[in-house]
Amino acid sequence: MLRRRGHTVVGPTVQSQAVVYSELSSAEELPIGWTDVQEGGTYRLTRRQDEAAFAHNVGPNSWKSLLFPATLTVWKGRRDADGTLEFEQEQPTPRYAFIGVRACDLHAIAIQDRILIGDRYVEPDYAARRRDAFIVAVNCGHAGGTCFCVSMGTGPKADSGFDLSLTELFEDDGPHRFLVEVGSERGAEVLAELPHAAATADDERLAEEVVERTANSMGRSLDTDGIKELLYANAEHPRWEEVADRCLTCGNCTLVCPTCFCTTVEDVTDLAGLETERTRKWDSCFTLEHSYTHGGSVHDSGPSRYRQWMTHKLASWIDQFGSSGCVGCGRCITWCPVAIDITEEAAAIRDTDLRGRPETGGTSAVGG
Amino acid sequence: MSATVPLSHRVAGKRQETHDTWTLTLEPADEGLPTFAPGQFAMLYSFGTGEVPISISSNLAEDAALRHTVRAVGAVTEAICSLEEGEAIGARGPFGSAWPVLEAEGRDVIVVAGGIGLAPLRPVIYHVLAHRERYGRLVVAYGGRAPSELLYVDELAEWRGRFDVDLDVAVDTAGPDWRGRVGVVTTLIPRAEFDPGNAVAFVCGPEVMIRFVAAELTAAGMTSDSIHVSLERSMKCAVGHCGHCQLRELFICKDGPVFRYARVEPLMRVRAL
Amino acid sequence: MDELLGQVPVFGELSAEHRATISGCGRNQVFQPDAYLMREGDPAELFYVIREGTVALETFVPQRGAVTLQTLHGGDLLGWSWLFPPYRTAFDGRALDTVHALQFDGTCLRGKSDSDPSLGYDLLKLFAAVIIQRLQHTRLQLLDLYAESPAATPGRT
Repeated sequence: MLRRRGHTVVGPTVQSQAVVYSELSSAEELPIGWTDVQEGGTYRLTRRQDEAAFAHNVGPNSWKSLLFPATLTVWKGRRDADGTLEFEQEQPTPRYAFIGVRACDLHAIAIQDRILIGDRYVEPDYAARRRDAFIVAVNCGHAGGTCFCVSMGTGPKADSGFDLSLTELFEDDGPHRFLVEVGSERGAEVLAELPHAAATADDERLAEEVVERTANSMGRSLDTDGIKELLYANAEHPRWEEVADRCLTCGNCTLVCPTCFCTTVEDVTDLAGLETERTRKWDSCFTLEHSYTHGGSVHDSGPSRYRQWMTHKLASWIDQFGSSGCVGCGRCITWCPVAIDITEEAAAIRDTDLRGRPETGGTSAVGG
Repeated sequence: MSATVPLSHRVAGKRQETHDTWTLTLEPADEGLPTFAPGQFAMLYSFGTGEVPISISSNLAEDAALRHTVRAVGAVTEAICSLEEGEAIGARGPFGSAWPVLEAEGRDVIVVAGGIGLAPLRPVIYHVLAHRERYGRLVVAYGGRAPSELLYVDELAEWRGRFDVDLDVAVDTAGPDWRGRVGVVTTLIPRAEFDPGNAVAFVCGPEVMIRFVAAELTAAGMTSDSIHVSLERSMKCAVGHCGHCQLRELFICKDGPVFRYARVEPLMRVRAL
Repeated sequence: MDELLGQVPVFGELSAEHRATISGCGRNQVFQPDAYLMREGDPAELFYVIREGTVALETFVPQRGAVTLQTLHGGDLLGWSWLFPPYRTAFDGRALDTVHALQFDGTCLRGKSDSDPSLGYDLLKLFAAVIIQRLQHTRLQLLDLYAESPAATPGRT
């Protein structure tokens, strides 16, 4: 029905042994009866005894792949006969309908909105995709092993930013059904066309219990109290060297993170040098190129790059955009090949905060 | 017109400054860019090769055209420096923060430049000269690698000849033909005559030089509030979206490149930040 | 002479007594353009305080010619090799224009410091401050900050 309204429907489905967001042509393609087991550096799908459609948590990709694609043509250029350069930027954007957006990811989308639409310059492609995207959120039925949305204030209940929000109810409490919360006018329009009935008080209570159960079973936690000042003040903490000993600077964390927005541009031209195209691509602050100017890379060591990522995510982001950059989705922990855990690193630094200690002799100047 | 798409320009003039540095004058092919303020930069585009951020170097009081001094140190800058008059080049801008010339009115102005750092400061010098009565003393301290590496040599001679400008130049190394100063640029500051209690400093050059110049200026009695510096980082988009130019929480492309030294001094002290 | 000394900032901290002693070992000198105030390898007995003019501290590098390491100007101290053995001048000092300088007999002052250690202490303090500053400046020059690329500078990995 969403397709009838002109949307390309995207939702979770099982692919390559993971639940990924991909185009769906029917509800059967949802990961019915599947759940995932996540831990540091570990992701496994396992079968459930029931037919729950959303009993999994978040997978390796996020809605960022669709709203802020990994590769995008920014403009095309042409050299005219008289030598003048012409540039054109027009390109159509897809109309998406997202099914199964978790609360953490709703916040991630809002965070990217702030950067790409709500700042000094507007990113036109993102703005268009965002405007046309129909969002159906889902409240998580259980917490993932690496989840900490409660610590970050981003879940598990979806409270805004959706057109419709679903809580899956099915257990012993009756027929398999969804409690629907309407979040917008167009959400109400769509709901009107679907078979539905008014929710009972029981239904609402059950839905609340689902959310509460999830909130109480978070896999991780992160103390955000004064975290900006903490990380700013500990730029020379020896922990950066220690974590960098483990970190491969592979950039997985930045790829799976739903808020990471760093990009680079690539200009290619045809052999005649008459036509050119600029492509925007996802980039990662873990590469040496990221901070490269003609004198060399500013972040020329592993510790300095890890410090850049984590300090930006948890601290500098607050000064830049008014909120944390982390939504507690746990993806970076799950998908790190060496199981580095951002919550563990933050706690370690907090425990040995350089500000609380007299002459430690344990500082390290990170660099070169 | 989007801030991310270049406008077509042509090289209207080209002057070689040193063995690897040229000053290009650009004129729009059609629509032009908005007016630049001193300290701001443009993204110059070499067709098919890429873009680089280059500060505006124009005498904004007089030049309608865009003037940029470019050093050929990589693929894009080499391509730009090899353009001939009449050839096409893309430009978008202006981006970034400007030298606070208004704040400096009624005070002494001390301009300290190192190497190609004189290029973003040239518009400041011209601005002060164009409104000379609004400012106190104008001191220009310029440090270069060697006499053959100095920029704008004709203008340096012109400025040095004026009675209302105190210009001095020092080079790191020289042969016997050079009768001027040899030494690091910080040596020019104790010799300059200005009132540190009522002055504004504009500093641009390599970061190490900025740190030592600022130390010298504060030793002379200035506060880090009245010292302004221009910083540089890797830039891809110039609009605060690509994330490359960050200095902790500051985006050099939109919070800078001009900063009050008090703001950035603690950040500059942390290695590889 | 004492009056001239009093005008030179670098001697500002000295007691009147020490200033008088030092003036006793000093005299006025004028150098024509291109004259040498000191030559590399010569016995180091003298030091100067430049009153007016420019002196280039130079050394000759084969295939490069004479390289100016630093220029010194009014108020600057020139020459400190007289302080310690082997008392040998390290660099050439050439007047770039007409230079008026106060010239001091270092050997004489060394002798006087032996009998009056407080004079020696004051002299060394004075020179140490200058040497520290020159070293700092030299280190910055060494960085070759304006070089075209890091590959062109020594010491870069």
